[in-house]
Amino acid sequence: MSLSIPAALLAQVRRHGEQAYPEEGAGLMLGAFEGGNRRVTHLLPLDNHFQPDSRNRRYLIAPRDLLRAEDEAERLGLEIVGVFHSHPDHPAQASDFDTQWALPVYSYLITQVQTGEAVESRSWRLTEDRGAMLEEPVQITNPSVAEEAV
Amino acid sequence: MTAVRVPSPLRPYTGGAKEVDVTGATVGVALQDLAQRYPDVRRHLFDEAGALRAYVNVFVNDDDIRTLEGEATLLHPADRMMIIPSIAGGNAGEAIR
Repeated sequence: MSLSIPAALLAQVRRHGEQAYPEEGAGLMLGAFEGGNRRVTHLLPLDNHFQPDSRNRRYLIAPRDLLRAEDEAERLGLEIVGVFHSHPDHPAQASDFDTQWALPVYSYLITQVQTGEAVESRSWRLTEDRGAMLEEPVQITNPSVAEEAV
Repeated sequence: MTAVRVPSPLRPYTGGAKEVDVTGATVGVALQDLAQRYPDVRRHLFDEAGALRAYVNVFVNDDDIRTLEGEATLLHPADRMMIIPSIAGGNAGEAIR
């Protein structure tokens, strides 16, 4: 079980978190399920629809955005494989709130953004019994492309 | 029968189906029928007390059931249901400074 993501897309995830700072930024990851692994090939950065005064510690992707994303994924012949979001000034660790609201199947890629700078990204997945989020390795692919993008 | 759109994270539990048919005179009964037909869906739709989880949004013909009669909303033959979760999360506790 792992999350595979091109370095250029991971850089985009991290920039999105930095741009949203001090609020949380979020979006969806599209790609393919490959056995127990998820391979990310496209990103859909989205607006944080949580109430404004709590966006520094909460994010919300609106149902209409998920509906559009599902249609977009289908159009591209892809699947929604996960969610990315940032934790401003907090570790890239799944919180109890993350666990309570987590959906099965998806990978949850969390980026710690410390005083405006992305410092660490870690990926988590909900257990089938909904009891916990387990960390999965993040495999970064195409590093040469990332060097150009960054 | 009422057609229900299944959100992508629950499709592995409905054999990959994006849409399934359920029976029930109300939204609540139809959701219970869905959970009975596809038992692994249940824990992701309902909490331990049997209430719909907070992230579960149910629409009947594009109307959120919270603006209708909730799970008591009556279903008519041509109605279409959609289950679309809110995706949310976030950190909790003291910030690292």
